[in-house]
Amino acid sequence: MDKTQLLLAVSFGLFAIGLVGVIVRRNVLVMLMCMELMLNAVNLALVTFAQQGASAIGAVLVFLIFVVAASEIAIAIPIVLLLIRRGRTLDIGAYTALKG
Amino acid sequence: MSDAAVLNLVLYLPVLGIAALVVVPAQQYDLMRRLSLWVMVLQFILTAWLYVRFDNAAAGLQFETLLPWIPAWGVNYQIGLDGYNVLLVMLTAFLGPLVVAGAFSAIQKDVKLFYAMVFLIQFAMLGTFVAQDLFLFYLFWETMLIPMFLLIGIWGGERRIYATFKFVLYTAFGSILMLAAVIYLVYTLQSTTGVTSFAFAELYKAKLPVHAQTVLLIAFGLSFAIKVPMVPLHTWLPDAHVEAPTAGSVILAGVLLKMGTYGFMKLGFPLFPDATRLMIPAILTLSVISIIYGACLALVQTDIKKIIAYSSISHLGYVMLGLASLDLIGIQGAVIQMVSHGLTAAGLFLMVGMIYERCHTRELAAYGGLAKLLPVYSMFFMVLTLASIGLPATSGFTGEFLVLLGAFRGTWPAFVAGNSYPLVMSALAVTGVVLGALYMLRFAQHFLFGASRAPHEPLTDLVLREKLILAAIVVAIFALGLFPNEPMQKTEVAARQYQQLVSTARVPEAAP
Amino acid sequence: MGLLTLIVVLPLIGFLVNGLLGTRLAAAPLGKGVVTTVACGLPILSFLVAIKCFLDLLAGSGAPIVETAYVWTQVGQSHFDIAFYFDRLTAVMVLIVTGVGSLIHIYSTGYMKEDAGYGRYFAYLNLFLFFMLMLVLGRSLLVLFVGWEGVGLASYLLIGFWFEDPEKAAAGKKAFITNRIGDAGFLLGMFLLYFTFGTLDMDTINAAFLAGPAPAVSASLVGVLLFIGASGKSAQIPLHVWLPDAMAGPTPVSALIHAATMVTAGVYLVARMHGIYVHAPEASALIAGIGAATAFFAATIAVAQTDIKKVLAYSTLSQLGFMFVALGVGAYGVAVFHLYTHAFFKACLFLGAGSVIHALGGKQDIMHMGGLARRIPVTFVTFAIATAAIAGFPYMSGFFSKDEILWFAFASERGGSQFLYAVMAGTALLTSFYMFRLLWLTFLGTSRMDHETEHHVHESPLSMTAVLAVLAVLSAVGGFLPLPHFLEPVLPLAKAREELHAMEAPLMWAAVAVFAVGLAGAWLFFRANGALADRVAPPFAGLNRLLFNKYYIDELYDRVLGRPLVWISEHAFLGFGDRMVIDGSLNGLARLAQRSAGVLARVQTGNLQMYLLFVLIGSLACLAWGLRYV
Repeated sequence: MDKTQLLLAVSFGLFAIGLVGVIVRRNVLVMLMCMELMLNAVNLALVTFAQQGASAIGAVLVFLIFVVAASEIAIAIPIVLLLIRRGRTLDIGAYTALKG
Repeated sequence: MSDAAVLNLVLYLPVLGIAALVVVPAQQYDLMRRLSLWVMVLQFILTAWLYVRFDNAAAGLQFETLLPWIPAWGVNYQIGLDGYNVLLVMLTAFLGPLVVAGAFSAIQKDVKLFYAMVFLIQFAMLGTFVAQDLFLFYLFWETMLIPMFLLIGIWGGERRIYATFKFVLYTAFGSILMLAAVIYLVYTLQSTTGVTSFAFAELYKAKLPVHAQTVLLIAFGLSFAIKVPMVPLHTWLPDAHVEAPTAGSVILAGVLLKMGTYGFMKLGFPLFPDATRLMIPAILTLSVISIIYGACLALVQTDIKKIIAYSSISHLGYVMLGLASLDLIGIQGAVIQMVSHGLTAAGLFLMVGMIYERCHTRELAAYGGLAKLLPVYSMFFMVLTLASIGLPATSGFTGEFLVLLGAFRGTWPAFVAGNSYPLVMSALAVTGVVLGALYMLRFAQHFLFGASRAPHEPLTDLVLREKLILAAIVVAIFALGLFPNEPMQKTEVAARQYQQLVSTARVPEAAP
Repeated sequence: MGLLTLIVVLPLIGFLVNGLLGTRLAAAPLGKGVVTTVACGLPILSFLVAIKCFLDLLAGSGAPIVETAYVWTQVGQSHFDIAFYFDRLTAVMVLIVTGVGSLIHIYSTGYMKEDAGYGRYFAYLNLFLFFMLMLVLGRSLLVLFVGWEGVGLASYLLIGFWFEDPEKAAAGKKAFITNRIGDAGFLLGMFLLYFTFGTLDMDTINAAFLAGPAPAVSASLVGVLLFIGASGKSAQIPLHVWLPDAMAGPTPVSALIHAATMVTAGVYLVARMHGIYVHAPEASALIAGIGAATAFFAATIAVAQTDIKKVLAYSTLSQLGFMFVALGVGAYGVAVFHLYTHAFFKACLFLGAGSVIHALGGKQDIMHMGGLARRIPVTFVTFAIATAAIAGFPYMSGFFSKDEILWFAFASERGGSQFLYAVMAGTALLTSFYMFRLLWLTFLGTSRMDHETEHHVHESPLSMTAVLAVLAVLSAVGGFLPLPHFLEPVLPLAKAREELHAMEAPLMWAAVAVFAVGLAGAWLFFRANGALADRVAPPFAGLNRLLFNKYYIDELYDRVLGRPLVWISEHAFLGFGDRMVIDGSLNGLARLAQRSAGVLARVQTGNLQMYLLFVLIGSLACLAWGLRYV
């Protein structure tokens, strides 16, 4: 397997880990981290393709994703903090207000 | 102002009334009541004007308004009067002021909304009767649901939520089927003749194969049968009537139920004549079951409103019998019975409302000997009871007699040809006159005669407003009973047309 | 307005005036006079107009007078008119109705003087007269039916006149319902006639039947159906149960409605439509059979009754049976003759009973009467004359009419038989017996009244006794008018079998003998306050109870018809059909919708991770589908 395929495999593996982590892990902060992992996996895939095709678009997209991820984290963490302050637990199973 | 414009004014006057009501300041209840009454009286006067200007001999629509609305679908705004609806429109306009006046002392909360709902229902009912375009018809048919829902749900009795939901869901179920049938019908018309139109006149010409007609008849028929109501689709009626406020019951019994029979007469049967003829035995059976079953149930009720509710089922069974007889006398009788029932049921419900306002109970056992306590009330009650029973000289006799005679005459040829079932059904229907006397007289017995007993004695007899309302109804009942020729001349052309449409085969393979 | 319409409308005016203003007027001192004048004056006017029409009829060539008031309705080719028709038969009926009616109105002014419902009473009485006149003057079966139902209504209102007593009100309801059952049959017959002939005019239909036998519709079927209607109104078995209960009404009402006029409407109907029965031997046989059965059974019941009005009620049933027997054997004119004589003596008897009740302050039990002959002589004499008339005292009115009926029952070509004669003769014997029993127990012997009542006994006012006197005279001499022959142009007389003509005179003597035996028997058993009867009674206690309780027919009807109907309506229809099946399925559907919604709502766990998993699975499924198909 050449380098591109290896990199893509790593990217896919990271994405899978992130996805499964979001679904399975109950800790809110861990879920957030897994979502970051998914985003960065996508970043890796983009960089790989950008370098292969010598296209600048991929690199630009990576930077876009950096910015969006950062702002998303900047907003998500406070929201989660507020949520945790109300619910007093990091367990996602406790937050079922949307039930029914 | 041209007559067509007057008809439009009659139709939209309730909407203008709603607009006027909105302007009235809150808490000015008397002003609202007076305003509503005058709007309804004006509507009645205008309708009476159209009624006397109605040409008995003309075959088509009168006072017609035809405006294109959605040309791509063939939908027009087409309204007009003809023999089918002239009496029903007159009945609706006649009952309007009575409903409003009857509710003066009964409704004390949300008065503005109440009269707005009454206006909206009046608008919807009139629209259903005068619409000559299927799209328009369906629109008005559906419009009637929500105000009725609110009327029962807000100002009704204890179980009003259950009753109103039952009413709406039941009716809506039928309406959905009817919508599907309407779309299919117009689509078939378009694919077979290339004409895209929702107009009744065009739809009468549609040539559908018999199996399609049957399915469509069932779809339309279900919706109308729920409205009439025919057994076994009738159980919404007792609950709706009992829980509705007096005005609601009067509107329901007086006019709303006629929308079902009108639907059959104008749409259901003439649109699908071959299927209708095939299903005549079933229709006859259901009509006779309605007559007898309704009467038997009325016999054992303890709630006075329920007695009248079940009597409505019984009376409207006669109308369906008359329509199914396909005999001119029977059809005319059915039309008169529609109007007669509208008057008697409205009168009886108004009377129940009057006694309920005084005594706050609907239990028959709580009352007795009212003839002594309330002589004037009892006199009116007796007259309405006799009209309900079908005593000659009242409108009830005209309707029942002509229907039964027509049913016999219509089913006799079948009997001679070897099919005795229709005749047997007609003969069974005659037992309805005995059962009718049984339950109404039982009602009168407990209510008027015997030892005097009523909650909240001493009771005040009828006030002038109540006397005027009831006198109007009684005069109409006797007018229709003694001199029915005049109204019947107005509907004869339409009755003949209906008979023609249903009796002749629409598609060649269905011989009559 | 034509004269015939005037006859009908005059009492209607009385009803409207007294109905709307009567109660208020009667309270005022002079007002009562106004009520009386209006109430009695208008029937008398009707009577005078009727006489004028009658004279016109005789003066003319005998052709009936026809007047059309207006067209009730017109549907296509069929039209229904309100028209009136006056021929000899109508003349007899109208004169009886207005004549006897007016007399009873006058009598009522005395009888009902103290009653609070004075105005209402006369309004109803005038209403009755209006409908009855419409019935007999009507040209078509439709107009007759309007009058038919109308008199049922008036009867209902008048029987239940003292409505505060629930039993009395119930009696009125019973009358109306029983009549209605008959009316159902009547309607069926009417419909059959209508679409066979295209008209409901009785003269046209009758002529058509007489001209040629059995057209498209079976004459027997129509005959039976019309007879069902007639038996409802004229209280024949099995629809007779309302008449004795109808005695709950004021006595003049019983006299007018349930003796002289309304109950004879059935007889009138059959007589008018005799064209049908001429061609319907089965129907005629049925009529004769039921008439005989009613006559006999009613007479047996009358023997055991102790209420003065009930005895007379059963007597009326019995006499109506006689009339129907006459109709059944084709002697239509004779039936009307008996109707005519019966009107006089039965009205006189009822009004006499009313006088007795009035004298005794409301008591009606004959076991506690007696010795009244000397205290209320006018009542006694008139009552005695009427009793003799009904029992068949030679040359009194009842003798002539009953004798003719017995003769035709025996000898008529259309159904006369020895058996029929025997039954009717037996009934005549019983009639004589129980009527004289009534006379003895009520008026003769020594007083069995309690002290208070005895004190109260007084002769009735002139308004009552004058009427009694007039009716007694008519009962005595009314029979000399040869009515059957007078009616022959309209009602052809049946022919008696040739070979039996010799029996005519012996049968007449037999009739006299029957009268005498009945009288003697009554004298024997019931003189001295019924001493002999009391001695002989104990072994017959069971029979007595059976008769006293009218063979328990009312109870039978209740068990077999009344209660099952209510039970079926309540349990089968309402409980099972409506509630369980229909409403149950509806509510069940609603519950089903609710439950399935509840089940489906379990997907909404509120657990975020669940949702994400669903999103994942969904997107994978879409991808897979896309890869496969797109």
